[in-house]
Amino acid sequence: MAKKILEVHELTTKYITRQGEDVYSVDHVSLDIEEGKSLGIAGESGCGKSTLALSLMGYYFAPLHYTSGEIIIDGKNISGMDPDVVRKTVLGTEVAYIPQAAMNAMNPTRKVGKFIEDVIFAHELKMTKEEIREMAEQRFAKLGLPVDALDKYSVELSGGMRQRVVIAISTILSPKVLIADEPSSALDVTSQKMVIKMMKDMLNTGMVKSMIFITHELPLLYNVTDDIMVMYAGQIVERGTAHEMVFDPIHPYSRGLMRSILVPEEGTRDVKLTAIPGTPPNLKHPPAGCRFADRCRYANPSCKVITPPLLDIGGGRTYRCSLPVEQLKEVYASED
Amino acid sequence: MKNTLRNVFHSPRFLVGFIIFMVMVLTVLIYPWFVRRDPLVSLGKGFLEPGTYVSVYDANNTGTYRVELPEAAEKRLEATLPTEDRQTMIDYLKAMGVDVSGLDTSNEKMEDLLAAWNANYDEADAKKNKYEGFATQAKRNALRRIDNKIKGSNNDVAMSVVRGEGDDATVTTVEGSDYVKVNEVANSVTLPLGTDNFGRDTLTELVKATGVSLIIGLIAGTIATLLGLLVGLLAGYLGGIVDDILMFIANIFTVIPGFVLLILIYYSVGQEARGVTTCAIVIGVTSWVWTARSVRSQVISLRNRDHVNLSKLSGHSLFRIVTTDILPYIASYVVMAFILQVSSGILAEAQLSLLGLGPKTTDVPTLGLMMNWAKLFGAYTSSNAWWAYFPVILVIALTSFSLNLMNTGLDQVFNPTLRD
Amino acid sequence: MKTDEIRTAEDTRESVSFGTRDKDFSKEPLCLSGRGVTRVFHTGKVTTVAVDHVDFDFHKGELISIVGESGSGKTTLSKMLLGLLDPTEGEIMFQGKPRDISTGAKKREYWKGIQAIFQDPFSSYNVFHKIDSVLLDCINMRGGKTLPKEKKIEMMTEACGFVNLKFAELTNKYPFELSGGQMQRLMIARIFLLKPNILLADEPTSMIDACSRATILDMLLKLRDETGMTVIFITHDIGLAYYISDSVYIMEHGRFVESGKPDKVMLEPEAPYTKRLISDVPKIHEPWDLSTVDLLQDAK
Repeated sequence: MAKKILEVHELTTKYITRQGEDVYSVDHVSLDIEEGKSLGIAGESGCGKSTLALSLMGYYFAPLHYTSGEIIIDGKNISGMDPDVVRKTVLGTEVAYIPQAAMNAMNPTRKVGKFIEDVIFAHELKMTKEEIREMAEQRFAKLGLPVDALDKYSVELSGGMRQRVVIAISTILSPKVLIADEPSSALDVTSQKMVIKMMKDMLNTGMVKSMIFITHELPLLYNVTDDIMVMYAGQIVERGTAHEMVFDPIHPYSRGLMRSILVPEEGTRDVKLTAIPGTPPNLKHPPAGCRFADRCRYANPSCKVITPPLLDIGGGRTYRCSLPVEQLKEVYASED
Repeated sequence: MKNTLRNVFHSPRFLVGFIIFMVMVLTVLIYPWFVRRDPLVSLGKGFLEPGTYVSVYDANNTGTYRVELPEAAEKRLEATLPTEDRQTMIDYLKAMGVDVSGLDTSNEKMEDLLAAWNANYDEADAKKNKYEGFATQAKRNALRRIDNKIKGSNNDVAMSVVRGEGDDATVTTVEGSDYVKVNEVANSVTLPLGTDNFGRDTLTELVKATGVSLIIGLIAGTIATLLGLLVGLLAGYLGGIVDDILMFIANIFTVIPGFVLLILIYYSVGQEARGVTTCAIVIGVTSWVWTARSVRSQVISLRNRDHVNLSKLSGHSLFRIVTTDILPYIASYVVMAFILQVSSGILAEAQLSLLGLGPKTTDVPTLGLMMNWAKLFGAYTSSNAWWAYFPVILVIALTSFSLNLMNTGLDQVFNPTLRD
Repeated sequence: MKTDEIRTAEDTRESVSFGTRDKDFSKEPLCLSGRGVTRVFHTGKVTTVAVDHVDFDFHKGELISIVGESGSGKTTLSKMLLGLLDPTEGEIMFQGKPRDISTGAKKREYWKGIQAIFQDPFSSYNVFHKIDSVLLDCINMRGGKTLPKEKKIEMMTEACGFVNLKFAELTNKYPFELSGGQMQRLMIARIFLLKPNILLADEPTSMIDACSRATILDMLLKLRDETGMTVIFITHDIGLAYYISDSVYIMEHGRFVESGKPDKVMLEPEAPYTKRLISDVPKIHEPWDLSTVDLLQDAK
């Protein structure tokens, strides 16, 4: 078995609202990724996937607070570390995080090359400007980015190019884990392809050792990541390989998600589109028992009382439901 | 709405500003009930220091009470020769070479000190010999003053009051233990802030002036806000040529300074009409521009919103769209703008009055006019009458401060930022 | 606390109605059409051609999708179709006759026949008014201002029921008390009350979670089936357009590069842009080929 590059045990983080209430957006989440692999996280808005991404950095700022749990990157436990230490030794070197719409985050008054210098200096690495420039040029060439982009301002680049540049800058120190939150949602499909190709190249050539990809677009996840994990109301509800998750989901929510996929392929027009009625629960007062119970077609009364644990059924497959796998698959078969 | 109000009054900054402002407003409203004097009436000639002034004539005509204060005698002595003076005397005698070992500034040794002084001090002698530490003219003047005081003091000297003239004259003896009750004396006045150069009670004048300045600020602020709102709404929502024309006018008003306009208007309305309202109107009419610009930019971003488009598709009239779909969305900005306009209106009046362009000086006092008088009549140059300008500055500062504090508090409620 | 979404028997129904699949709409009367419609913007010295001489024919009862990426001009075109923006060139025909919306009164008349649903449900509402006012406005627009109160409530309840909302639970609530899905459904209830000839839906599901999309689409299609309403659906989601449309128009840089039935346009594209678009969309059953990507190309 390949080395686990990222291990997360029972991570819990919360938001504190202005009224002082606690909202546990990431509730005892455990996951791991092997070296060279990528994990996709899917779920509807508010399920906690973006919060999870932020929490994995180990760098918290109000109103997000770390509560409990461990984050171990390549054997190093970074949870509960002092923010300054995290900033200097973890961000950029162990973990790189690319938030949504990162391409708009570049200061338009500075040239691209300057940002790379900033990263190097912030990590107190002793390199001269010439050395930095050379490293940057090499990196850009490897990633298929034009070297003259280093001398341009961010506003002179197209959207897709900007996003790729931001990703290149964030990973200049070859972090172990790259976390990308909707990196291509704001781009047209052609630019999206370019961004995804670059990210896959980075993973395949070992520039980053593993990748976490967050998006709500399931066809994209299917084509990009090795594994897919579905989150609901702050918890993981299912995980498996991409193929397994799309074609053979176990959890009722995952099944609902996969059956709402629309692609321009033959046969799409003949299949019935499904909806999952209702809304996710309010995380200020999470319900007792299974959090999906009041939207679940297959729920029985005990589902609202007993909280199902995350069951491991082998081969890296996990799901959170009190109903056994065989029973669920039987019901699904009868519906199709 | 209720929730917003609750949040507003829970905001600490708003609350502090509001309290300070309300205290000022209440003082302005309640004070005249207690002190009914006309603030512009002259009480004296020129500056009078703060204090209580009692008419000696009336005191002598008031029934006396017998009061024996324990330290009466010492206090009389102290009043004549304070400690500093006594120390000066000792120093001088020492410089003369007199043995001062047995002397000090205490009351017990006063007699000895006086005896030593009278025996040794001579004005001509001081001038001729120029003793060490007392060589300058100023020092010798000080010594002379002390000497005069001693000569002029008449402690334990019998005093009597003569009423009438000639054969009808009656004589009453005044004893050291004769006291009058101050509020039985027919004429007395307490001037906590003394008088200004015109002899007017500064405190009463200040309260009245604050009230007038607040009114000016309110009128100017209201006019400026309403004008700015109207111009901003029309320019922002209608756009096109209306926008171009209105912004052109706004630019003209920015470029022309208020006081030039004021001079022109005052010249044309003549001396008599230079009142408070004119001043307020002119300030309002020249300071609406930044409100208009701020409203306009808000409206421009609002007019393309979906709910506005939906209103159009529902067939609503222009007036209805502007009042129900745009105006409530900018209400918080308008309230904040109004507060700032009031504050700047008060300051603008102060500036104008300081330049001599304020309302007529014979009608009402304003904060700016009081500062102007203080400047013109040398309150801080020749007379050191701090009470004539310092409290005014304090009040202006407090007004501005409290209004701005309220504004910051409101800003925090309406535009909350992510905090811990 | 947001009102919990009400689940009725209707809600658990899974299918989207397919009543008019594969119907030939070209035989239907023309609803809205355009010839050489153009819109140019001048900002300072820069001239932008947002919509470049487009021609289109929309038939009664048809569901047309206009597919374009951001910057393609579809929002500008939608504003012109709605009459919120005037074309700089070209002609738009409404029901076969040239459209005349030169005065306010004519505009209001036009808007009895065409309405819209926008992308962001949150910004479609005036946050200071209760949601009742939205529905009451519709009743007034149809001339029902003088109706008795009970009748109005009856109409509003019926409209809400169509979109699986209970009016009695929503009345007197403010927009922020509803969820995104509920707000968007209320917008559809509004359309139900107005029953226009044409509905322009500008990305109505892009801000709704995938799980709830089907509900919205379902309602739109049901409305179309029951009233014969023409639906112009604007989206950037090719899969969605393929799924629901009767005809598709592909828009690029202000031009319609291809149009026709979905099966033909999506599965056998002719125009190079369409070909590239279809191949660049990630799919499930067909491979998503990344090897053809030229990373050094700066597509500006």
